[in-house]
Amino acid sequence: MSLSEIMFYILAAVIIVFSILTVTSRRVLRAAVYLLFVLVATAGMYFLLNYQFMAAVQLTLYAGGIVVLIIFSILLTSHISHRFEKPPLWKILAGGSTFVFGTGLTLWVLLSHVFTPSSQKAMEVNMTEIGNHLLSLNKEGFVLPFEVISILLLATMVAAIIIAKKEDNTKSDEI
Amino acid sequence: MIQGIPITHFLVVSVIMFFVGIMGFIIRQNLITILLSVELILNAVVLNFLVFNRYLFPHHLQGQFFGLFIIGVAAAEASMAIALIINIYRRMRHIDPDKIREMKY
Amino acid sequence: MVDFSYTVFILLIPLVVFAITGIWGGRWKPIISGLLGTFGIATIFVMSLYTAYQYFFVVHHGGPYKPIVAMNFLWLPLTEHLHIHMGIMLDPISVMMLVVVTTISLMSHWYSLGYMKGERGFARYYAFLSLFTFSMLGLVVATDLLQMFIFYELVGVSSFLLIGFYYQKPSAVAAAKKAFIVTRFADFGFLIGIFILIYYTHSFDFLQITDPNTPIFETALGKTFLGYSALSWATALIFMGAAGKSAMFPFHIWLPDAMEGPTPVSALIHAATMVVAGVFTIARLFPVYYFFTPKVLLMVGYVGGFTSLFAALIAMTQFDIKRVLAYSTLSQIGYMMVGLGVSHYGGEEGLGYMAAMFHLFTHAMFKALLFLGAGSIIHAVHSNLMQKMGGLRKYMPITHITFLIAALAISGIPPFAGFFSKDEILAAAFLHNRLLFWVEYITAGITAFYIFRLYFKVFWWKDTQYEHTPHESPWTMTVPLIILATLSATVGFVPFSKFVSSDLMPFEPETHWNLVIASVSIGLLGLALAWLLYRKENDLPDRIAKALGKLYKWTYDKFYIDEIYLFITKKIMFNIIAKSVAWFDRHIVDGFMEGVAVVTEKTSEKIKGFQSGHLQQYAFVFIASVIIIALTVLYFIGA
Repeated sequence: MSLSEIMFYILAAVIIVFSILTVTSRRVLRAAVYLLFVLVATAGMYFLLNYQFMAAVQLTLYAGGIVVLIIFSILLTSHISHRFEKPPLWKILAGGSTFVFGTGLTLWVLLSHVFTPSSQKAMEVNMTEIGNHLLSLNKEGFVLPFEVISILLLATMVAAIIIAKKEDNTKSDEI
Repeated sequence: MIQGIPITHFLVVSVIMFFVGIMGFIIRQNLITILLSVELILNAVVLNFLVFNRYLFPHHLQGQFFGLFIIGVAAAEASMAIALIINIYRRMRHIDPDKIREMKY
Repeated sequence: MVDFSYTVFILLIPLVVFAITGIWGGRWKPIISGLLGTFGIATIFVMSLYTAYQYFFVVHHGGPYKPIVAMNFLWLPLTEHLHIHMGIMLDPISVMMLVVVTTISLMSHWYSLGYMKGERGFARYYAFLSLFTFSMLGLVVATDLLQMFIFYELVGVSSFLLIGFYYQKPSAVAAAKKAFIVTRFADFGFLIGIFILIYYTHSFDFLQITDPNTPIFETALGKTFLGYSALSWATALIFMGAAGKSAMFPFHIWLPDAMEGPTPVSALIHAATMVVAGVFTIARLFPVYYFFTPKVLLMVGYVGGFTSLFAALIAMTQFDIKRVLAYSTLSQIGYMMVGLGVSHYGGEEGLGYMAAMFHLFTHAMFKALLFLGAGSIIHAVHSNLMQKMGGLRKYMPITHITFLIAALAISGIPPFAGFFSKDEILAAAFLHNRLLFWVEYITAGITAFYIFRLYFKVFWWKDTQYEHTPHESPWTMTVPLIILATLSATVGFVPFSKFVSSDLMPFEPETHWNLVIASVSIGLLGLALAWLLYRKENDLPDRIAKALGKLYKWTYDKFYIDEIYLFITKKIMFNIIAKSVAWFDRHIVDGFMEGVAVVTEKTSEKIKGFQSGHLQQYAFVFIASVIIIALTVLYFIGA
């Protein structure tokens, strides 16, 4: 067993366990922290796959950005010590069955299919390459989605401000 | 590709992560935890893309870029969702999805 | 060669006046609209006179009077051969009509300044009058059939608007509706006739159609339907449209009701100009009728003859003075139709054609005068009914004298205008169709009787006590009366056959002295009878009415034609056809549609529970569905 195999199984175990904990924990802040672990472990997976840039993005954006944002909003809307009641039975049944059947179906399809890994030489993935592709108009160029997503982010920024901003003092009921 | 680890192992991990996310989406009692579940789902998808890219089409970059854009969209989605959640909390003093039913019918 | 292109202004000026007074009239003092309209009409009146002078005395001095197309532009090029033109065609009858229309229109405008003073909607009234004048002029100068039809409809619309001028009065609204629907129905026939004609001839153009030697009717004559040629059907249907506008039997029912409109409108539209549009149409297409479909032309004559006698009989018994005049109008238009119906082509043979046009011309003058005189009386007495009048000659001398002149003119007493034209129609009928001659001869006597009955009942009879002492109308009303009276007394001396004839060549008609004496004597007989019965108050007329019993009652009730129409429309069409259609519509068509709506509503009521607002329920259903669909697909492709 090589080191990378060991690393992979550790990371896989972390991901699965903490994923389940994320959706079952009765304390919201803990759930968020478990999610952080999942995300970091996923970043580890990316490293294993030799996608350093994606791993870096994952760490900074997801682990560093979104999770912090979520924790921040949790602090705004909940008490840290607050524990949820148990979810109602129909939800547990529905969620559980979806999980079981969905996973079962997908894995069945997945495992009955034979993947033939490509023997092509792996492409050199460095920052220059990525930047060139992002702003390229040629085949395998991604300038249009790049522009679209920049517009999307701008719109999101404006919308988030508009939605979350306090209304006029005269009619608002403060947090 | 990585020596010794077949592609299906990666895919099993990502499938489990994905359906755990869906289960969480259905079960959880709080909008923020639902958001956490959505992040799980998206993360699983990104992982899937990267794995396929690495194992099946290593001479291309599409999977990586899709992953990149998904992360971008996820960031946008998360910030919007949080803005909405905060606004809902401000109006209703709770963020229980079962009780937010004004929009029905 | 004189350039006639200025005649386009004869059309444009009333249109512009209509637009201006229609749009801004409400903001000005009413009198400005009135004066604008009157001066506009005065301008085109002068232009029309000038055109007539140029046409008859300069360009075609001594004839023949070839048609002149003063202006013509291509409006709709439908196919290679089928073009619709808009333009102005001048020929003897259209020039004559220009003069008639503008003269009567001018008199009506002028008269209305006094008659309509202080009415609500004064500007609207003048706008409509201008619209009417425009449409009527467009009709008479039309260069092709479709232009004529368009203006036919426009004339109908403006007539509708003016009859319904007092739109707060339900009876006026009903009358306007009736007029519009009846004439519209007849116009439908007109349109079909035009279409048949176009189908076979590929031409709308009057110049082409009315050429006596034209070969274009060959195919139309070849095709037969129910034993008559397609061309006969076309001309008969066109006559149906003409009968609708000219209120010939059986389309006459709208005209008496149309008297709900203001009196100057009755004078202008429903006596002098619009109602002769039908006569004008037949005259315009006269060569077609005469050379190709003589049977239809004969039918025109008989319809005219019947209507004239029938309307004259009704006119004897009516008490509403405007209704008497309305029936009298029907009767006189019947005369014109007879004139056309008995006419042949060319020179002396075409006497009927000339006489009909001449009668149209003189009738316009004296009938407008009668109506305007009646308006003056109504203005003074505030009533339409003869029973409330009597002895008015002392109060209204000018109205009295002018009315007397008009009554003499319509009775055919020389030297007034009606005598000349009516005598020539009688002569034409005598030469070519004895039956129609006798009908018209009797009608002439009845005409003299009913008009003098009206005259004596209003101006003599007895000294009625009035609530307000009647007084003579203001000068704006009396001056047109005097002008028209002068015209009624003199236009008979116009040597009409020098200008208007069936083959465009001037001719000199023979004078049939025996006919002259006969027609004058029956006119005088009618007059004398009326004098005996109605000069002084007495109970003789009532006794005669009693003695006639049922006959009198039928006549008084207008032979129940209206009731027959009502029976047909209400009982048969509404009850049987319309009701069954309505039932079908309500129960089958609506039922189906409502059924769809009800099912949708019920279903939505049942399933709206699914729209629970539970976010997670939605998610579950969504994912579960995806799994099920995936399973199904896998099952079928056998993965």
